Order: sequence, then structure tokens, then C-alpha cells
Amino acid sequence: MLKKLLVANRGEIAVRIIRAAQDLGIATVAVYSAADAGSLHVQLADEAVNIGPPAAKKSYLNIEAILKAARDTGCDSVHPGYGFLAENAAFSDAVTGAGLVFVGPSGDAIRMMGDKVSARSAAAAAGVPVVPGSAGRVESLGAGRKVLTETGFPVMIKAAAGGGGRGIRIANSLAEFEQAFPQAEAEALAAFGDGGLYMEKVIGKARHIEVQVLADGSDAIHCYERECSLQRRRQKVWEEAPSRALSDELREALCASAVALAKAVKYSGAGTVEYLYDDEADRFYFIEMNTRIQVEHPVTEAITGIDLVAEMLRVAGGERLRIRQGDVSVKGHAIEVRLNAEDPAKEFAPFPGQVAELRIPGGPGVRFDSMLYQGYQVPPFYDSLLAKLIVHAETREAAIMRLIRALNELKIGGLKTTKPLFLALAADPAVRTGDVHTRWLEGWLIENAAALAG
Amino acid sequence: MAQILSPLPGTFYRSASPDQPPYKADGDAVSAGDVIGLIEVMKSFHEVRAETAGTNIRFLADNEDPIMAGAPIADLD
Repeated sequence: MLKKLLVANRGEIAVRIIRAAQDLGIATVAVYSAADAGSLHVQLADEAVNIGPPAAKKSYLNIEAILKAARDTGCDSVHPGYGFLAENAAFSDAVTGAGLVFVGPSGDAIRMMGDKVSARSAAAAAGVPVVPGSAGRVESLGAGRKVLTETGFPVMIKAAAGGGGRGIRIANSLAEFEQAFPQAEAEALAAFGDGGLYMEKVIGKARHIEVQVLADGSDAIHCYERECSLQRRRQKVWEEAPSRALSDELREALCASAVALAKAVKYSGAGTVEYLYDDEADRFYFIEMNTRIQVEHPVTEAITGIDLVAEMLRVAGGERLRIRQGDVSVKGHAIEVRLNAEDPAKEFAPFPGQVAELRIPGGPGVRFDSMLYQGYQVPPFYDSLLAKLIVHAETREAAIMRLIRALNELKIGGLKTTKPLFLALAADPAVRTGDVHTRWLEGWLIENAAALAG
Repeated sequence: MAQILSPLPGTFYRSASPDQPPYKADGDAVSAGDVIGLIEVMKSFHEVRAETAGTNIRFLADNEDPIMAGAPIADLD
């Protein structure tokens, strides 16, 4: 078992990790920037170390400062949380190189899953369905024409060196494809210094479904799936478990494929394998694997009763997985919404400020993961997540009723938050029936802009 | 003399990205509406524009400085 853990993060996830460590009797060290001296994770940890000025680059992304804090306080381990350095292979290597335990996978596993082409190859090799497309780079227009027999139209032409939505062209016909391919090649060369292209079928209406895995380097299990189809600008805002879209048969196949991938890459710790699910074709396709604990992990904890962060800490401490696959079962339905310091009436403009009043919802089936307290000054330097409200009930319908009840109990005075968005979504017929896809919310926001502003 | 004040709290940047030159150098003339820097608030970026024209801009805030809403960014003659 680990003895003393440095938590290399801030906000609600730092609080979450400190709680899990303290439940296991592990001493905790918080790190903080000058802007976070009064924050909750600093108050709750056994010790806290100032690692630099407010800019994340100089504090929460400063590997040297974090390793020094770990050495100075006698830590034997580091948990990276999510964001910041969580999927930085060099950080994992540096922590291990300093003789400490990194609570997460090896640098090599992070590197393999971080590279789009190698992750896709690893998934395909493990028998996980990938989005139909080219096996690797497409060297010529002629080679591209052959790939079209796999993908059909519309097809995406992507820059191999691109990312974050840059360097993508979509062709709807052979004529468009033949025009777009050389243009995409020239653009990729100009933008990235690398004209390499690859191709993928466009999945029109798809759900985002992801499988939680836990692994110890040799054995791996899944903890079923989450659906996160409600997204704004590719950011999830509402997550639930289980997904109502899947048949039991497809659910088992999906979850088994995630376990196969985790085992194939000898994964260790908690990870998430993300998929697109095409309702019409009733098929799922691998997108990527996230090698960290995710923001939305509590919905899985609610339906399975497993403390995922505690299991990460146990595995990192050298234990084998304690939970057998047969012990994991789903009970009820859970929903999480992300309360951000953003004004939904003004195109989600950020709204840092002081928490003048705080009323936290409670009662059966309600969990509130947050770093807020009355009087807390929300700094402008980091992301806008203030709190996650998680509800759990016997059925999805009951969970939505409970979500509305809990949102009405919640009061965060002095700030604009995304609470009005979730009250409106919870009342929407499409959300009630679960008839949504990953681009549904963007359209809904345009249609309902006036209602949100009022 | 006029001052340009920060409209938002956040992190102040003098250029569009680390590999770009600053929008304005000390001593430059400024037209009304010119972008003189960026403020990053909760991971979103907002341009700071000069409201009036002036000569000889002198920055009071450094690149990557944390800044509060209403704090002076630069003096203008």
C-alpha cells in the first residue's frame, strides 16, 4: 500500500483523490499555485506545497516543481488526476525515474494511446472495431480511391499530423474527393510540414459511449459503459450510465472489446475506451483510449458501487485487482451534470467570481463533487468546472426527476453557472426519451437560445 | 495621457501565440480598435482593444502576468 501521495492537480478532482487516499489511510500532499492558496484541496490535504505562480505552465504543468515538492515532503507516489499532466508520458516517466509510483499507466502505454494511428492499430490488432478507413497513411490519390470502397461517402480526409479538429476535409462524392485530396495534401504540408493523409468514414448520427476499465498490468475488467452524447464544442456536459441505446448483447460485446484492448496493451490502473455508436447500423467503433481517471467517473461508481479512485491507488500500491468481472453488476441509473462557471444566457461566457451563497443538494441518491465553499473566490486562470452533481435512482426516469429536484435545491450565489441549461435539458422530450446524438445539443442550443437568455 | 484597463480577470498575453511577435511594442502608436493583447479567462481567449488612439504605448503588464478586471495594462500618450 502507498504511504504518502502527492496530488498533482487542483479543483474538484484534487479533493476527490485526497478523500480516496485518506479513506485508505494514505497521507496526502496537495500542491497549489499562488492563486489557489485558499482552495479546498489545500485545506483538506495533510500538507500543502506552493509550486509557483498562477499560470498553469509555471505551476500545475511544472514537472520539476512537482517532483521537488514530492521529494521535499517524502512522498512515495503521485496521482495526476485529469487534465494538466495526466496524459503526459514524459511526466509518468519522470515520476518513475525519480523512484516514485505514478498512479496511472506507464509512459509507453500513454504514448501508444496518445498517438492516433498507433492507438487505432493497437485496437484493430486486439479485435476492436475501428471506424472504417485507411490502415495507415494514404500515399496517393489512387490508393485513396481504393479506400473509398471501405468507407463510402461522406468520407473524412485527415492530416496525419493534424489534431484538435484541424486539417480535416469532408468529401460527399468521388468528384469532391478527387478535388479535395490534393488540396488536403498541400494544406497539410503547409500547415504541419507533413503532407501525410489518412481517411475515415463519416459516422453521421452517433452516440458517444465509453467503457470504464480497471487493470493491474496483467488482468483487466470492465465496469460497464457511460453515455456522454450531450456535448457542446466536443466538451461533455451531461453523462449517464448505463446507456439506454445498447441491447444487452451489444453491451457485452462492447465491454468485452474494451477489456481485450486493455489486456493487449498490458494496461495498468483506470482507463476509458471511447467509442462511437451508430444507432441505425447498430454498430460501435473505437475512437480512442483515455489513460486517466475521467471527470464523469462517478456515474460508474454510482451504478457499480466501486470506488474507482481507491482501486487505482490499490493497484498502484502493488495489489492485484481485487474485483472479479463476475462481481461487477449494474444497479439502477445514474446521471452527472457539469456545473461550470459560465453564463448560458451569453454564449457560455466564463464567469469567475466569489461564491456569495452556497446551498448543496442532498438526500437519497445525490452526490455533489466540488471544491466550492461559501466565500470561495473562483480564480480566472483554470477551467470553469465548479461542481459535478450526480444522481442515482432505480430507473432513468426516476434519475431525471431526482436531477430536477437536486438542481432546484442547489444554490450557487454570486456566479453565473450552467444550472439553467440542465433544468431546461431535463425537461426536454428528446432528453427524456434519450433520443440524442453527439451533435444534437449544438442544434438545441441554437433553437433554445432565447429561452436560455430569458 | 490615457490608460488601457483590463476588461476581464485572467492571464494577459502580449502576442497571439508564443511564436508570434507582440501585437504592440513599447513606443508604438495605437489606433482606436487596435488589438493590444489577449486575456485568457478559464481557457477562453478574449482580445483587448484600444478604445482611443494614442502614441507611445507603454505596457504596465508583462506577458503571462495574472491580471484583475480594471487593472491597468498600458499607458498611452
